[in-house]
Amino acid sequence: MREWLRRQRYLIDYSLSALARRPGKHVGLLVVYTLIVFLLASVMLFTHALRREAALVLADSPQIILQRQVAGRHDLMPLEYLERIGRLRGVSALYGRLWGYFYDPAVRANYTLMVPPESSTGHRAPDPGEITIGSGIARTRGLAVGDYLSLRSARGEPFSFRVASLLPTTTELVSTDLMLLSAADFRRFFAYPEDRVTDIVLEVRNPREVRTVAEKLILALPDTRPILREEILRTYDAVFGWRQGLVFVLLAGAVLAFVIFAWDRASGLSGEERREIGILKSIGWETGDVLRMKFWEGTILSLTAFSLGYLLAYAHVFYGSAALFEPVLKGWAVLYPEIRPIPFVDGLQVATLLAFTVFPYTVATIIPIWRAAVMDPDAVMR
Amino acid sequence: MRKSDLFLRGVAVASALLLLTALDSALRSRMAGPAIASRAALVSDLDLTDLALFTEARYTRHPSQADLHSAFQDHPIAIEHFPTGSVVPARAPMPVAAPVQP
Repeated sequence: MREWLRRQRYLIDYSLSALARRPGKHVGLLVVYTLIVFLLASVMLFTHALRREAALVLADSPQIILQRQVAGRHDLMPLEYLERIGRLRGVSALYGRLWGYFYDPAVRANYTLMVPPESSTGHRAPDPGEITIGSGIARTRGLAVGDYLSLRSARGEPFSFRVASLLPTTTELVSTDLMLLSAADFRRFFAYPEDRVTDIVLEVRNPREVRTVAEKLILALPDTRPILREEILRTYDAVFGWRQGLVFVLLAGAVLAFVIFAWDRASGLSGEERREIGILKSIGWETGDVLRMKFWEGTILSLTAFSLGYLLAYAHVFYGSAALFEPVLKGWAVLYPEIRPIPFVDGLQVATLLAFTVFPYTVATIIPIWRAAVMDPDAVMR
Repeated sequence: MRKSDLFLRGVAVASALLLLTALDSALRSRMAGPAIASRAALVSDLDLTDLALFTEARYTRHPSQADLHSAFQDHPIAIEHFPTGSVVPARAPMPVAAPVQP
């Protein structure tokens, strides 16, 4: 064993000297290789962290939300539907939600206006004339508690709301554009019909009956569409899965270019390298030794690239707030939460990345070397 | 110093740093528990359904509440208006319900 280890160390010595003999070529390869690992790892870490957080944060979203559809579009829900649903077995709580969007031309941002439900314990509805706002609105409009926010209502009248409180910055991911107000203000501001709500929330006593209740709702109220909690969670899984897939597709070109570059570099032996193998064999190296030496060359390069790329990606996503992805996330939005992804790392994903970046390169270097190494040294040198 | 010693030391440093990222991830995700709990509490309290990641359009602000093809609501082959729309897919529809007696 000791002998074997000593032998490997000599081979590593030789491989490093061989790499240092052509520094430009190998440093270039290392930089490109590291960049590819960095990009793939950044996307992977970022989307996994957000996906995991979405699942944790939205785990207690409403069990069922019932929307009304008219001519294929979301429409306001008549209050009378609440009574009709009340007769369904298994439903433990149901109430209407009042919420909507407001486009603020002053800052070109969309706000989500919402009336807290009566059951809310932590955030009761603000008094008439007052609002509670998310950090994004406060930041964009430069508002603090006690300030007034003037908006133009649906009837064109100016409305002045006093900022009663701010939603905590820790909840920015779900509340950055939220504006909470009283039901009376909401109806007056939007000229909202008194006998309508935006949608209906249903709580079901037995969680296993949620789907059955949803099916009964479709039959009882055919112009409605139930949205289940599991669908909400699945949506976010899909959003981040899609996003990750899309970026990977965009990166596929770069990855393919790298594969061709690495394959060409690894498989096309230069005359100099062939001569080197010939000399090594003629001075007594065995085919196995030559293969081991080249294996170490590939391993040194790919392991270094993986370590550097992964560590840089980790720092970029979890310490640099994924600054490179910021333009993609912001889009054209004026209001956006300050995202600091929580480092949820999936070990299996990291292992997969390692397998897909380190092994192919190492294996790609071995085959052409083996072809050259089994030939007669004299023939190789010629 | 031999070159292999240098390489082995490099491997040791890289392994230590990789291990450190695993520790950092475990520690920081545990420390983030209260922040996540406060977000989850707000979601439960206000009956929120979506993350406020993309506020530029209705269907990107609330992807789970949007119509199935809201990105194409103006015309079946209308070009998408918002950059985010190209990375937020349509919500998967609920499977067709089996007939159940109300």
